[in-house]
Amino acid sequence: MGFDKFGRKSFTGVTKTAKFVDLLAEGKIEGTVCKQCGAKYFPPRSDCAACLSKDMEWFEMPKKGTLETFTIAYYAPFGFEKDCPYTMGVADFSDNLKLFARLAGDIKPEDVKVGMDVSIRPLKYDDGQMSFEITKA
Amino acid sequence: MAKEVAVIGVGQSSFVRGYEGSIRELAFEAFREAMQDAGIAKKDVDASIFCSAPEYDKQRSPAGVLAEYLGLIPQPTFYIETVCSSSSSGVKVGYSMIKAGLHDVVVVLGFQKMSEITSAESQERMGRGADIQWEAPFGTMMPAYYALYAQAYMAKNGLTHDDLMNVRVKSGTYGQTNERAVFRKGVKPSDFDPNNPDARMAAAVAWPLRVGDACANADGSSCIILANAEKAKAFSKKPVWITGIGAASEAVNMAARPDFAKGLSVGYGAAKQAYNMAGITAKDVKVAEVHDCFTIAEIMAYEGLGFAPMGDGKQLIREKATYKEGRIPVNVDGGLLSKGHPIGATGGSQMRTIVLQLRGEAGPMQVPGDPDIGLVHNVGGVGLYGSVTIFGR
Ligand SMILES: [Zn+2]
Repeated sequence: MGFDKFGRKSFTGVTKTAKFVDLLAEGKIEGTVCKQCGAKYFPPRSDCAACLSKDMEWFEMPKKGTLETFTIAYYAPFGFEKDCPYTMGVADFSDNLKLFARLAGDIKPEDVKVGMDVSIRPLKYDDGQMSFEITKA
Repeated sequence: MAKEVAVIGVGQSSFVRGYEGSIRELAFEAFREAMQDAGIAKKDVDASIFCSAPEYDKQRSPAGVLAEYLGLIPQPTFYIETVCSSSSSGVKVGYSMIKAGLHDVVVVLGFQKMSEITSAESQERMGRGADIQWEAPFGTMMPAYYALYAQAYMAKNGLTHDDLMNVRVKSGTYGQTNERAVFRKGVKPSDFDPNNPDARMAAAVAWPLRVGDACANADGSSCIILANAEKAKAFSKKPVWITGIGAASEAVNMAARPDFAKGLSVGYGAAKQAYNMAGITAKDVKVAEVHDCFTIAEIMAYEGLGFAPMGDGKQLIREKATYKEGRIPVNVDGGLLSKGHPIGATGGSQMRTIVLQLRGEAGPMQVPGDPDIGLVHNVGGVGLYGSVTIFGR
C-alpha cells in the first residue's frame, strides 16, 4: 500500500517508511530502531539522527502507556469537518517513546483524563484508509 | 551593555481584515513609517530582508518584488521564513550581517496578507506548519496543538479557564488603546459565559481552548531598521540597542516534545541565550511583548522568560502583575490577541512596541517609570521556532 493510505487523509505520497501502512493492515503498530546504535523512533524513520546510519529495522510499539495530554476538536481543518468533534492526544509509552493519535470514538470525551492508562490499536476506515488510535487500557 | 547594533526606525501598518491593496502596497505602509521615523533616505540602506509565511503569498520569491517597489534596488535583498517568528528571525539575520561588517544599515520588513486565501484554505495551510507526514492525517490544526499544551498545563499546575479568560480581558483592556489593532473592543467575563446567548467567546474550538482564547488572522506589515553604532549615532537621536538575541528550535512532532506541562521549550531556550548575551536577568526587564497567539501561550511565556517560576505563571495574571502598572508589564499594546497575528509581520510589530516604550513614545500604552530594558518573545509554529530579543537604551 502507498503512504497515501495513511490516516483520515494523507498529505504525503511517498516515503521510505510506507511499510508502516502495510504493518497496520497486518494489525501491527511499529516504529523503527537503529541497528547501529539502538536509537528507537516513533513515528518511524528510515534514517538515524543519532548516528547517521540508514540501517534500520522495525519493532512493535509497547501496548501499555499513559495519556500525557489531549484535546477535543470542535472545529476541523478542510476535509475533516464530518468527523467533528474528535479527540486527539499524546500517549507516553516510556523508554522515550510517545505517540500522537486520535482517541477511539467509543471513549466519551468526559471520561478522558490526563494520566489515564491507555493502549493502542490499528484502525481501518470505511473508505479503506489505515490509521491507529489510542484506546482505554 | 554592548552598543553595536541599534534600531533606528520602526513602522507598522494598521492590522486589518481584508487589506484593500496588494502585498507591495501593504509593505509600503510599514516601510514609509519606519523610514520617516529613522529620518534616512533609501540610498542610506545597504540591504533588505523580507519575512513572511510563504503559504499565503501567491507571489513567489517576494523579496525582490517588494525591494523593487520600495526602491531598495540594486542593494541585495534576502528572504527569511520561520512561520510566525519570521520577522524576529529576519532581525537576527540583519543583526548578524551588520556585526559581520557586511552592511551598515539593514531594513527588515515583515508582511502577511492572510486574506489572500479563504479561511478554510488558511486552516489547512497553517496546519501544514506542523508535521504533514505524521500528524496532519489525523485532522490537526493550530488551536488543537496549543490545546494539547493547555490541557496538560491546566491538569498539572492548577490553571483555570478563568485565568485564561483574564489574559484575554487584559489584552482587551489595552487593545482598545491601540489604534493599529484589528480588535479594539474591551472584553468582559460575561463574553465567556456559556449561558449568555450574546457571548462571543465561550464556544469551544479545541477544548480546553475557546474562541476567546485565540487571536485573529489579520493583514499587516512591520518594519525595523537596523544600523551599526557609527550610523546609529549619526542618524538617530534615540537609538535603541539590541543587547541580546536568542533563538531555538524543537521537534515538529508532538510525540517528541519533552513535557507539555512545562510549556514550549524554545521559549526558555531562547530566553536563556538572550539574557546571557545581554548580561541581565528576568528581573531587569521593565516591559515585554510575548507571543500570545493563544491565552495559554502568554502564561507559558511568563515562565519560559523567568517572570514567574515554572507552574506559577497564573499568579501574575491573578495579581495583575503584567498590567501596565504591575511588576512586569506584558503585551500592553493588546498583544496578538487584540492586534491580530499577520504571521510574517508579528515579530516586527512586537519590536516596534518595545522600541516606542523605551523611547517614551508609546502614548496611551506607555508604561510608567521610564523603562530602559525591554524584551520581545516570538514563537514560530507550535514552538517549532522560538526567538527572544532584548533591547536597551
Ligand atoms: Zn543510530
